[in-house]
Amino acid sequence: MTTGKPHLIVIGNGMAGCRAVEEILARDPDRYRITIFGAEPRVNYNRIMLSPLLAGEKSFEDIVINDLGWYADNGIELVSGDPVVAIDRVNLMVNSRSGRTEHYDKLILATGSDPFIIPVPGHDLQGVVTFRDMDDVGAMLRAADAGGEAIVIGGGLLGLEAAHGLTLRGMKVTVLHIMPTLMERQLDEAAGFLLKAALEGRGQTILTGADTAEIYGQGRVEGIRLKDGRDIPASLVVMAVGIRPNVKLARDAGLAIGRGIHVDDHLVTSDEHILAVGECVEHNGLVYGLVAPIWEMCRSLADGLIATPSGYTGSVTSTKLKVSGIDVFSAGDFSGGEGCEDIVMRDASRGVYKRVIVKDDKLIGAVLYGDTQDGNWYFDLLKRAEDVSEIRDALIFGQAFASGGGASANPNVAVAAMADDAEVCGCNGVSKGKVVTAINDGACTLDAVRACTKASASCGSCTGMVEGLLAITMGEAYAGTRDVSTVCKCTSFTHEDVRRNIIEKGLKFIPEVMQQLHWTTPDGCASCRPALNYYLLCAWPGDYVDDNQSRFVNERMHANIQKDGTYSVVPRMWGGITNPRELRAIADVVDKFNAPLVKVTGGQRLDIFGIKKEDLPAVWADLNAAGMVSGHAYGKTLRTVKTCVGSDWCRFGTQDSTGLGVKIERMTWGSFMPHKFKIAVSGCPRNCAESTIKDFGIICVDSGYELSIGGNGGIKVRVTDLLCKVVTEQEAMDYCAAFIQLYREEARYLDRTAPWVERVGLDYITARIVDDAVGREALRGRFLHSQSFMQDDPWAKRVAGEDYKLHQHLAEIRPVAKELVSV
Amino acid sequence: MTINGTWLDIGPIDQLPALGARTLPVAGGQEIAIFHTANGEVYALANKCPHKAGPLSQGIVHDTTVTCPLHNWRISLITGKALGEDDGCVPVIPVKIDGGRILIGRAEALASVV
Ligand code: SRM
Ligand SMILES: Cc1cc2nc3c(=O)[nH]c(=O)nc-3n(C[C@H](O)[C@H](O)[C@H](O)COP(=O)(O)OP(=O)(O)OC[C@H]3O[C@@H](n4cnc5c(N)ncnc54)[C@H](O)[C@@H]3O)c2cc1C
Ligand code: SF4
Ligand code: FES
Repeated sequence: MTTGKPHLIVIGNGMAGCRAVEEILARDPDRYRITIFGAEPRVNYNRIMLSPLLAGEKSFEDIVINDLGWYADNGIELVSGDPVVAIDRVNLMVNSRSGRTEHYDKLILATGSDPFIIPVPGHDLQGVVTFRDMDDVGAMLRAADAGGEAIVIGGGLLGLEAAHGLTLRGMKVTVLHIMPTLMERQLDEAAGFLLKAALEGRGQTILTGADTAEIYGQGRVEGIRLKDGRDIPASLVVMAVGIRPNVKLARDAGLAIGRGIHVDDHLVTSDEHILAVGECVEHNGLVYGLVAPIWEMCRSLADGLIATPSGYTGSVTSTKLKVSGIDVFSAGDFSGGEGCEDIVMRDASRGVYKRVIVKDDKLIGAVLYGDTQDGNWYFDLLKRAEDVSEIRDALIFGQAFASGGGASANPNVAVAAMADDAEVCGCNGVSKGKVVTAINDGACTLDAVRACTKASASCGSCTGMVEGLLAITMGEAYAGTRDVSTVCKCTSFTHEDVRRNIIEKGLKFIPEVMQQLHWTTPDGCASCRPALNYYLLCAWPGDYVDDNQSRFVNERMHANIQKDGTYSVVPRMWGGITNPRELRAIADVVDKFNAPLVKVTGGQRLDIFGIKKEDLPAVWADLNAAGMVSGHAYGKTLRTVKTCVGSDWCRFGTQDSTGLGVKIERMTWGSFMPHKFKIAVSGCPRNCAESTIKDFGIICVDSGYELSIGGNGGIKVRVTDLLCKVVTEQEAMDYCAAFIQLYREEARYLDRTAPWVERVGLDYITARIVDDAVGREALRGRFLHSQSFMQDDPWAKRVAGEDYKLHQHLAEIRPVAKELVSV
Repeated sequence: MTINGTWLDIGPIDQLPALGARTLPVAGGQEIAIFHTANGEVYALANKCPHKAGPLSQGIVHDTTVTCPLHNWRISLITGKALGEDDGCVPVIPVKIDGGRILIGRAEALASVV
């Protein structure tokens, strides 16, 4: 040919292809005659800058990496807009779409990735685009010019950047994400939640757990229907659900491929004349979708081809989201697990969440939200696998602090270094000087400091600092952190603190509570999650969306789990009364589902045992059909209202205890509480319904109703305290409702009424329920309001298909001899 | 469910509830529980608590552990070992996600089949 130099052909005029050429030229500008084929009809540009381009922060000129001058100066022939369609490995030739053929001595494949398109109906309509190259951005900009609504499918890095750009371009954007939290591969649940809140604050609608059923429209996109039936109109749909290495040419040419094109440590494929680099390759089982690893690959490729082979050993990656004003960083492994230690810091006032994961004295992962300043430092510690044991305690405070303190780094040093007039408590405007003075004046516990200065008495986020000041000021004399029962080990807040903050700050989601109240774990534990779920449910009736996965199995499955993993089913029998139709339906269920046992419970109703989780909805359907609803025998809820026969039949009966019991059960059923709650109504002081060991007990007498509270027949028997006597049935019901609401609003999760009444005292309850008529009425009003959302049968909802997955197997494996049969 | 050499494809990942689990019976063998963590990772264990055989699939999932629904043992989803004071271990079945599908180790899944 024109020169005697060997011919190097590069397929792919993108980030990896051109960088590889740059690295080769830097080592030896004269080694090869170079030709680059590019499918896109343009020069080499910075693909990652397509996001700022879409957002209007950059122009195409700004993002060009190599202009035509660069190709000319280096004697590179650029064949753009003409993709290679075949490689002939026997004759060392490539063929392009326009019919051009070229001989190569060395060939580099840098074909990048293809965006993944979910094959839902309508995916090929006009107006459905991906986000990969300039043409895609052009299509999006044209759609944005017309305004209207856009949907982005995919809440990962790419999708969120697309959504951000389209929002800035004036479109109303909805992001559909199939997973429960955004960017779940890069961020943990807590950071994902903060990100979602921030994006919603900018006007985007973010739907998580959203599964697309179809894209519809007459030739052009008109909207999307989700599998749950929701319908969202849109004139533009951006699919950003992932990428797949573009291996078509390599596969057709018979090269070894897996998920990507197989390469060795020098980026050589299974054919020694052909190399591959970038997103299209698979090295050591890994494929990459970021540029940093690609730059490392390009260096090793050039070293291997021209200089001393260095060998590529794989990359550790980190991620940053390019959405202006929202700082997100993640690196390494943050899945936690054995031997991993989580260090979490949350600064609610600045909207900061930081989590680093340490294993065997090494940093192995980091997730930062709101303050990403130390991202690079963490990433560096991570890549170098540095021993961090010396700076362990100060690690989370960042580089400046940890390196400053060196071996002696200790959070208290930072507190000691603060100026006297520096503010410690932002909520109440308390300075460090004031706190120190209070301590010197004798406030020697956190609670004492709170009482005399108000520091840390509101949101509590400065609690750590106040404790630090106690430790520094008092030295040896400080008894140490306070001894109060916190919700669990994930937090330093008490139940009361948490409940107060939920109301005062208007917190509405579990991750939001964890962030605002500085939880020290990423997603809580089996103790705090159910408690938080209940507190939120109680605080925001009708508003809060219950978190099913934060409930114990029984409440999640609406049945009681048994030792063999089957369930028992207890339909409600109002006041213990039943009839032939209900009894027949129960008998039929026992027969139909082969229930091994049916038993009369201690709560005056029937319990059907041994039902499999798959059969529960069918059992409930049959019971529902006979007019029966859930008895909530499984819940921290109203359980039973036991009654005796009362004045209708009994020769001693003074009032209609059965009728009153039924009315009370109709009023109270379905209510979630801190713990289970039992009521009984006895028709006379003989007390056949055992009213004096119930949470709320009524004993009918000639002149009215004796109301008593705080009884318990369980592990530690406690007889009720007499609250008061009332004259009418209506009063008995009103006091009952008010008492339940007081318990709902003020008791700690998993406190029965007995220990709660003992803690707060009967006098307190009397003052609130008996003496304060206005307060009682308000409590009752709040209870009935809450009940207006609680009284629909959870079984009926399951029968109608809600959460059906909880009752079905994912699949089934049936090995038949040596073969497998699929289901 | 499809069969593919050493891996069994048991379905798309979107069939797993967030922070929850689903079950996979193996005829003639032990039921398997497939877990989904907050970070979107997937793990598989024999659905049998080492304590008294409680169905782990019904526990609360947090971080990379599941708390058994029967007596609150905490089991690591990664190693299958009981954590804290408790002692015991349940078989782990390897999982990988490919193209949005859940694949589990065939040999381990069938290990309990007699
Ligand atoms: C079915 C039943 C026994 C029976 O066959 O009669 C029963 C069964 C259970 N009781 Fe009970 N209790 C039953 C009436 C009672 C009673 C009597 C009553 O309600 O009048 C008491 C004492 C009264 C009381 O609660 O004050 C009672 C005190 C307990 C306790 C101790 C509570 C305490 O405060 O100390 C527990 C443990 C707990 O809740 O933590 C408990 C827990 C349980 C659990 C839920 C154990 C568990 O966590 O799995 C049992 C579920 C078995 C199942 O799968 O169905 N059960 N349990 C009764 C159901 C009544 C109903 O119709 O809903
Ligand atoms: C919008 C967006 C934002 C991103 N943001 C970031 C970020 O912030 N940080 C980060 O690290 N990474 C980011 N990335 C990823 C990064 O851009 C890619 O990792 C990188 O571009 C991959 O380089 P590559 O050369 O392998 O593939 P590409 O850059 O895609 O180049 C491949 C080229 O080959 C061409 N080609 C394919 N087949 C043929 C053929 N048969 N013949 C000729 N030419 C062919 C293609 O047209 C393409 O131009 C982002 C990506 C996008 C799309
Ligand atoms: S007393 Fe209650 S908890 Fe104990 S074995 Fe009987 S039913 Fe179960
Ligand atoms: S069976 Fe799991 S803790 Fe007892």
